[in-house]
Amino acid sequence: MQIQPILAALRRHRLATLLIAMEIALACAVLCNACFMIANRIAMMHIDSGVDETSLATVQLTGYEDSHAVDLNARVLAGLRSIPGMQSVTVLNSIPFGARRGTAGITLDAAAQHFGGVVEFYVGGPGSLQALGVHVIAGRGPQADDFRAFTGLMPSDASVQITHSLAEHLWPGVDPLGKDFWLDKMHYRVVGVIDHLVRPDPPGWPDNSKDWSIFVPAQPGKLLAGSYLLRADPRDVPRVLRDARAMIAKVAPDAVFDQEGSQTLSDLRATCFRQDRAMAGILVGVIVALLLVTALGIVGLASFWVQQRRRQIGIRRAIGATRGDILRYFQTENFLIVSFGIALGMVLAFALNVMLMKFYELPRLPLYYLPIGALVLWALGQIAVLGPALRAAAVPPVVATRSV
Amino acid sequence: MFGYYLDLALRSLRRNKMLTALMVLAIALGIGASMTTLTVLHVLSGDPLPGRSGSLYYAQIDPQDIKGMDSSKEPPEQVTLIDGLNLLHAGRADHQALMTGGSVPVQPEQSSLDPFYVEARYTSADFFGMFDAPFLYGQGWTAAEGEAKVREVVIAKSLNDKLFDGANSVGRTLRMAGTSFRIVGVLDSWQPNPHFYDLNSGSYAYGEEVFLPLQTMLELRLDRGGSTDCWGNGGGGVGNILPSNDCVWLQFWAQLDSPAKAAAYQEFLVHYSLDQKALGRFQRVPNVRLRNVMQWLDYNKVVPSDVRLQNGLAFGFLLVCLVNTVGLMLAKFMRRAAELGVRRALGASRRALFAQLLIESGVVGLVGGVGGLLLAMFGLWLVRQRPSDYAALAHLDLSMLFVTFVLAVLATLLAGLLPAWRACQIAPALQLKSN
Repeated sequence: MQIQPILAALRRHRLATLLIAMEIALACAVLCNACFMIANRIAMMHIDSGVDETSLATVQLTGYEDSHAVDLNARVLAGLRSIPGMQSVTVLNSIPFGARRGTAGITLDAAAQHFGGVVEFYVGGPGSLQALGVHVIAGRGPQADDFRAFTGLMPSDASVQITHSLAEHLWPGVDPLGKDFWLDKMHYRVVGVIDHLVRPDPPGWPDNSKDWSIFVPAQPGKLLAGSYLLRADPRDVPRVLRDARAMIAKVAPDAVFDQEGSQTLSDLRATCFRQDRAMAGILVGVIVALLLVTALGIVGLASFWVQQRRRQIGIRRAIGATRGDILRYFQTENFLIVSFGIALGMVLAFALNVMLMKFYELPRLPLYYLPIGALVLWALGQIAVLGPALRAAAVPPVVATRSV
Repeated sequence: MFGYYLDLALRSLRRNKMLTALMVLAIALGIGASMTTLTVLHVLSGDPLPGRSGSLYYAQIDPQDIKGMDSSKEPPEQVTLIDGLNLLHAGRADHQALMTGGSVPVQPEQSSLDPFYVEARYTSADFFGMFDAPFLYGQGWTAAEGEAKVREVVIAKSLNDKLFDGANSVGRTLRMAGTSFRIVGVLDSWQPNPHFYDLNSGSYAYGEEVFLPLQTMLELRLDRGGSTDCWGNGGGGVGNILPSNDCVWLQFWAQLDSPAKAAAYQEFLVHYSLDQKALGRFQRVPNVRLRNVMQWLDYNKVVPSDVRLQNGLAFGFLLVCLVNTVGLMLAKFMRRAAELGVRRALGASRRALFAQLLIESGVVGLVGGVGGLLLAMFGLWLVRQRPSDYAALAHLDLSMLFVTFVLAVLATLLAGLLPAWRACQIAPALQLKSN
């Protein structure tokens, strides 16, 4: 196949060629960046929470008097534990993907000079860390005498477990066991490291800090009440939660059952990421529409060229070109134009990415998106041009002898 | 002439249905997508109180301690209770309101209704007048009543419908958080979007159902929500402990009816800061801000970044569609070279041909606009099915309807310029000869 005559022909149709190339370039830029954004959102939706989501549910109560909190805890725990199939019921202030009650900034010294970061304090009663199903990878989990009663906002002195990523952030490359940190005047010592425990609201945090959580053991009491973690066999969880609702109406009529907050953790997770799922859906829609329009544009222009060149095609056929030659001519022509567009599009894709990074905190576009985008557009071009090219190949040689 | 060109355009468009359909489709898709996102953006960045928002100002002062002082930084986004009350009692604005939000349990008299929580706004008396809240029945409490910590409440229409079947409930009693309140007013449907006066509790489709005097809330220690920012030894804000005076947790709004008054009020805030510094309460050099509603919304970036991103994407898509249309239109016009050559030879000027071709593109744009409008309506319907808090607001209004057609026709005319110009360059003799 000779490229020279094709290029010569294209040079006579500079404007149309440029238009298709532009369209391909724009499509390439949007396609690469949109795919990248979809991948980002999907990665975010699949964040490892570190907890046994399928086995867990939560019950959230409000509206009771603070002075009744201890009594309420006792009634609710006893009531919920009597539900058949319930494996454990524990008190936990914040719930992964759910209620958020312990977001605070910590410091690495008592004088509050070295800021550590904003973390999530999961303050939980006995058994809550085991119920979450997190893995302690260094040090120890909480022991019975770690769970102390407290009167302020949070226990003022406690032995705590922190996540691996938080440990790496606070003390990079150093063994975190035995280290101290402070929240205002409250003092905590690290005795264990857990592999993952996601914040209650991961979408709102930068990638590296979605997992900055601390587990603080404490005795349920006035300020640790009304938020319960239910654990059951995954098959039983929805039923157990339904039973729990009926049970609360019976044992705690003085409290308001928070419908929105009391759900299975799987449902809470789905709710947490619904915006991202919707956005990914929109991006897929944009990509499909974009490819469709681009393909239609190629079909339209290629059809025009075929019709315009009927006589030339006829002449070529008359002097010996096969149908295959004609088909390949149009295919090669399309390949050349699309390649030109892709080259332009890669530059555009990077420019668009730089802009998005500036305004939307998107990471840099990985290079491998470019060849993939190129392959997709080449394929699209070939599919779109096939119809007009086949029509061109079907032009009979006799056309050459007709005057029109 | 226009009628004749229109007739020619319609004939020509009918002659090649496939190409025409492709062009209309491309325009419709591009316009549909961009109008969907533009409408959402338009709704979300709209003015919550048209006509009034320019004279309502949000005051910020800086009561923080000296640690980490940087006068280029913004002061805290809310005020402390003591500063709020000082500003309120100073009364230097035409009207002013100090407020915060929360939720209270309602204990209905009817046994058929379980107790439930409603969103509450605790505010000083001028709130209703400043923000143009329309009353269905009764009215708000007076400033003096507010200071006297009266047990009075203004309820929203939705709550009135739920508890009193929409009847005039003024004078009746509402039990909330164990206390009886007398209903003094019922608001008509009122929900400014965005929820500009307190952005901490959600920006869109959020509205309180009960309005209580701030002083009453302080005395009863009702639950409050929203954000609390403390420094130094500040704390509290949990349960019925009020945040201390080292915490900001209230919003202060001032109505200032002229720019001169706004400038004077800014001066007043600086003087207030200086006075407080002299008294030893403030440590920093005065750092004040006074923003009107739209500036305050801009500063808080209330429009979700996802919405802006979608809008950018849609316009990128429209651009691709337009490039596509330029290509197709070029093909269409060049195919008619012979016909145009004949017209030129018969005496039509280039300008006449140009006008004729542009009218043809205008027609494509108009039809594409109709298609785009239908697609945008479908798109907005899809948006309304989405789980965002602003979803229910996504409706096309008259101005957007107008913008749709203007955008469609303008975009298509723009796309038609280049092909039409190329088609007019045809040498008539060449075309006539070849036939």
